[in-house]
Amino acid sequence: MSANDTGATRPITLAISALGGQGGGVLSDWIVAAAERSGHIAQATSVPGVAQRTGATVYYLEIFPQPARRASNSEPVLALMPVPGDVDVVVAAELMEAGRAILRGIVTPDRTTLVTSTHRVYAVAEKAAMGDGIADSDKVMAAARAASKALVAFDMDAAGETTKSVISAVLFGALAGSGVLPFERAVYEDAIRASGMQVETNLAGFALGFERARGQADAQAVASGAAEPKSAAGKRLAARVQSQFPAVTHTTLMLGAAKLLDYQDEAYANLYLDRLQPVAALEAQAGDPRLSYLLTAETGRYLALWMAYEDVIRVADLKTRAARFQRVREEVRLAPGQVLQVAEFMHPRLVEVAEVMPAWFGKLLLANEGLLSPLFRKGRQVWVTTLRDFLLLSWFAGLRPGRRGTLRYANEQARIEAWLTAIRETAPADYDVAVEIAAAARLIKGYGDTHARGLRNFERLMAERSRLHGSAGAAVMANLIRAALADEAGKALDQALLSLNDPAPLAAE
Amino acid sequence: MAERSFAEEVEKLRLGAGATFHGEGILAVTKALLQSGVSYVGGYQGSPISHLMDVLADAQGLLGELGVHFEASASEASAAAMLAASVNYPLRGAVTWKSTVGTNVASDALANLASGGVTGGALIIVGEDYGEGSSIMQERSHAFAMKSQIWLLDPRPNLPSIVNLVEQSFALSEATHTPVMLELRVRSCHLYGAFACKDNVRPDFTAAIAQNNPRRDVNRIVLPPASFQHEREKIAERLPAALKFIREHRLNEFLGGAAGEAGIIVQGGLYNTLMRALELLGLADSFGRTEIPIYVLNVTYPLVPDEVAGFCADKKAVLIVEEGQPDFVEQALNSLLRRADIQTRVVGKDVLPMAGEYTGQVLLDGCRKFLETHAPTLMAKAVPLLKANDAPPPAEIRALATDLPPRPPGFCTGCPERPLFTAMKLVEREIGSFHVSCDIGCHLFSILPPFNIGATTMGYGLGAAGASAFSDKDARRAVAVMGDGGFWHNGLTSGVGNAVFNNSDNVLVIVDNGYAAATGGQDLLSSRPGNKTKSTNHPITRAVRGVGATWVRQIDRTYDLQRMKDTLKEAMTTKQTGPKVIVASSECMLNKQRRVRPLFNKAVKEGRRMVRQRFGVDSDTCTGDHSCIRLSGCPSLTVKPNPDPLRPDPVAYVDNSCVGCGLCGEVSHAAVLCPSFYRADIVFNPNAWDRFVDGVRRWFIGGLQRSADRRRLARAF
Repeated sequence: MSANDTGATRPITLAISALGGQGGGVLSDWIVAAAERSGHIAQATSVPGVAQRTGATVYYLEIFPQPARRASNSEPVLALMPVPGDVDVVVAAELMEAGRAILRGIVTPDRTTLVTSTHRVYAVAEKAAMGDGIADSDKVMAAARAASKALVAFDMDAAGETTKSVISAVLFGALAGSGVLPFERAVYEDAIRASGMQVETNLAGFALGFERARGQADAQAVASGAAEPKSAAGKRLAARVQSQFPAVTHTTLMLGAAKLLDYQDEAYANLYLDRLQPVAALEAQAGDPRLSYLLTAETGRYLALWMAYEDVIRVADLKTRAARFQRVREEVRLAPGQVLQVAEFMHPRLVEVAEVMPAWFGKLLLANEGLLSPLFRKGRQVWVTTLRDFLLLSWFAGLRPGRRGTLRYANEQARIEAWLTAIRETAPADYDVAVEIAAAARLIKGYGDTHARGLRNFERLMAERSRLHGSAGAAVMANLIRAALADEAGKALDQALLSLNDPAPLAAE
Repeated sequence: MAERSFAEEVEKLRLGAGATFHGEGILAVTKALLQSGVSYVGGYQGSPISHLMDVLADAQGLLGELGVHFEASASEASAAAMLAASVNYPLRGAVTWKSTVGTNVASDALANLASGGVTGGALIIVGEDYGEGSSIMQERSHAFAMKSQIWLLDPRPNLPSIVNLVEQSFALSEATHTPVMLELRVRSCHLYGAFACKDNVRPDFTAAIAQNNPRRDVNRIVLPPASFQHEREKIAERLPAALKFIREHRLNEFLGGAAGEAGIIVQGGLYNTLMRALELLGLADSFGRTEIPIYVLNVTYPLVPDEVAGFCADKKAVLIVEEGQPDFVEQALNSLLRRADIQTRVVGKDVLPMAGEYTGQVLLDGCRKFLETHAPTLMAKAVPLLKANDAPPPAEIRALATDLPPRPPGFCTGCPERPLFTAMKLVEREIGSFHVSCDIGCHLFSILPPFNIGATTMGYGLGAAGASAFSDKDARRAVAVMGDGGFWHNGLTSGVGNAVFNNSDNVLVIVDNGYAAATGGQDLLSSRPGNKTKSTNHPITRAVRGVGATWVRQIDRTYDLQRMKDTLKEAMTTKQTGPKVIVASSECMLNKQRRVRPLFNKAVKEGRRMVRQRFGVDSDTCTGDHSCIRLSGCPSLTVKPNPDPLRPDPVAYVDNSCVGCGLCGEVSHAAVLCPSFYRADIVFNPNAWDRFVDGVRRWFIGGLQRSADRRRLARAF
């Protein structure tokens, strides 16, 4: 039952949750101003997160209708914090903060209108994960629908971007649009004008928020699918994928082929498909009861990434492309008439350089590491927008045709073959384990120390594969992959491997 | 130069009789001080009363006009000692700080002040940092009031009550020769509301008069035999005077119904929460009208025995609503009723939690329990607005509990303190992990992800002292971190002096960001940007050398990670004995941006050539390992979905809030991360030469790129 169903006039209660810098205080001030302009009494208070830094600040407002006050000619007693079940509006400037408000119980289906932006400001735990640590927004949206009486939810951050206004202006507009407060639209807008801060842009943001709240048509971008072949080579490869591989794998394999065509050449892309064919064949006759061709898809995904390993040639190639220059201009929002200079932060060590030399020469360089490494101790700022440095990078990029002769190429192809062999050997007897072996290649990524660490972990996992069987074995492998991604020092992986050999130490933990 | 400016709001402090004041609780308190004819004000910033100090700093013009002396004290102890001016002279003085931490620091001076007693009104305004949003250990100021016999006021949380009690406090203090402590909870400090103004009062007795006509009274000095005299005075004279004053001026309020079998006694500060709870139980209306008798303790120490007895006598039971523990008031009530031989049952912590904040829900449940047992008839006819809801929340909501990422506070975008901890992590990789003793201040965020550095924090300025037991010369040295705020507060003596005197070999990193940043960017002795009213620019290194430290390193750009790392490593390994002090100086980015950004925009408007730096990550070379984030944790360094559909992991991404501090680049160099980081120098209003060079470069490079694209097209998909 709702706390509003009585005859007596009660305060309108409103909670705002915003992150530092999102202008929650401004929003609170605007609401107070709108209330007072409508002749009501307004009380507001806040609980800043520690030192107002990156934590969330919670604002709480109560609005009391003036007529009721006059009638009783005494002052209302207004509360300083929300009581679950007694909150009319919750405004959240970020989706997870809406989730937090829901968990606190201050969003209730009989009473609360929830106005929230659906955009994410990732928390440090999500960002620092060694893999994908991003929380599930859909769960919060589901909870929001279940918990609220009315829900106004869209990406207000993007809306703010389009109108060049602060997100609090869009929130203010969405709040007005929700119609839950007894104020005229003009009153809200006067509040913005009176505050005198970027009035024009904020009014625009307000208007957009207002309309979106009324319309509630939420624009959600859809992820793009497979690449459409344009060139002759592309068409040839696409044709081969379509003719020789099961339909469910086409998207992935096209992307893979396209990547390797761009990375090296058509022959390399064909090598990719050559390597996949036996896997697909195996899968066709041998194992997969679900006919999902998961093994081919997973192998296809990680084989493409592995074959397109990042060496100096690749990095130089990507860094010098026109499209990349354009992307940077957009990312830093270069305005017409401004001049842009870009410095790359590169730290090529002897090994990275040796790796892109002909194998014999690379080995020679590495043999004299002690002598040469001092030359590579310091990181370099490469000004790719200057002629000298652009030419330097272009020269490295130009080594692409000779890549097959490089030391790194030899090493990577050997590792890849070993991995593919492992998959082929395992698949017939242990399909599920084979899929996990394919997925384990996920660990190998990055450069320098990061790459070395990933490779080390990957090889430790491979060492275990022969002992893993059936779905149980697959689960163990999946768990080992998770453990490898848990921490840099590899503590979790040590634990997991330890418990594999003998569960006792774990129990002792 | 504080984080928030009250320059506009302070104009409201000039309002006179007849006008209505609209604004925050903090400003209302300041206005009340001026209406009380205060002659001097001091204090030390800290949430929730930081803004009170900021308001006073911004109001110095007005204070000057009224002949009020304002001092930003070096510590709470300095502030408390300042009240000594009210011992011999009829000067009204007020000081403020964050409690209980500030009261801990001040308690020596407070005890002496309370013992000798005062002539002029002495008011201590404490921000009671308890419950949600608190940044300190959860304790009560009540204990300090009791142990030193300082009267403790806890006003109802609405501006008229707060203002009225501030004014009354001075009269109470003078009538009883006892300092008065007024407690404001976090939400009351930030409370926006309105009250009717009075004229400001210019003090008729001023410090100048006192300085020219000095007075002393040996009986007011804490030395035997006077000190024994004071103890007797406290009980025989000051306490009775206080009870009389509180009674006569009705500082406590009897609200609600006149008669009833059960009543409620409540701390003033909790009154509004209590009334909301009763309203939701269907026992009160929105104007606080209720049949239940309510006794509001705007003065929570001392209790007035006959008021209490009078309230309890005709009741079977009373509920005492008292937040926090120990339950001082409840205990006092019990012994008081015992002595008066009144049989009324005292209910309190048995239906309300002993520890933790008294939220609306907590009081709702507590009152329901109390009234169901002790006022069943009343409860029977009440129509609750909220039913007790014991049903578990739906699955969708329960599912959230495990999934919501916590959002711990962290270093701001471009914070100069971040590189210190990045350096520590990198040094740990080389020489192994070491014990880190932390202090109070922004740098304490290092204990949280992504850095996870720091073992203890023993209080403001006590970082170095907290490491002093780790003195084994053969073991790995312990590292202490201290902010410039803590350093000037007491760390110079308790930390550096102590380490020098005891030949400690430990390492001390002093974070010299130029402000008391964690409390809102107030200036310090070592602040560099000029300050009109204070003497600043006193280098920390000079102070450190002054107390005998010899291994002292000054780092003028903390973002120079390599240097930071090398210096730290040297400090950890050098043969030289004695403390190793590293002063890491880079301006607090939050304050720097506030200072610099307007200037930058102005210059750009005026058409002058300006360069803005910011960083970026190439999403097609980033492989989504996020080491950069684990070594930085900058808010502007975040993640976004991987544009490459084959890659499962999100890529790093620098949003436009980047201030170009340079740490990202330094990290990718020092840690040999990846080549994905780039620095963009954006030239606003480029001059002719800029445009010429850029033109040539773009023509040439553009040409090369077009031909490269053509060649690539041949092997495009």
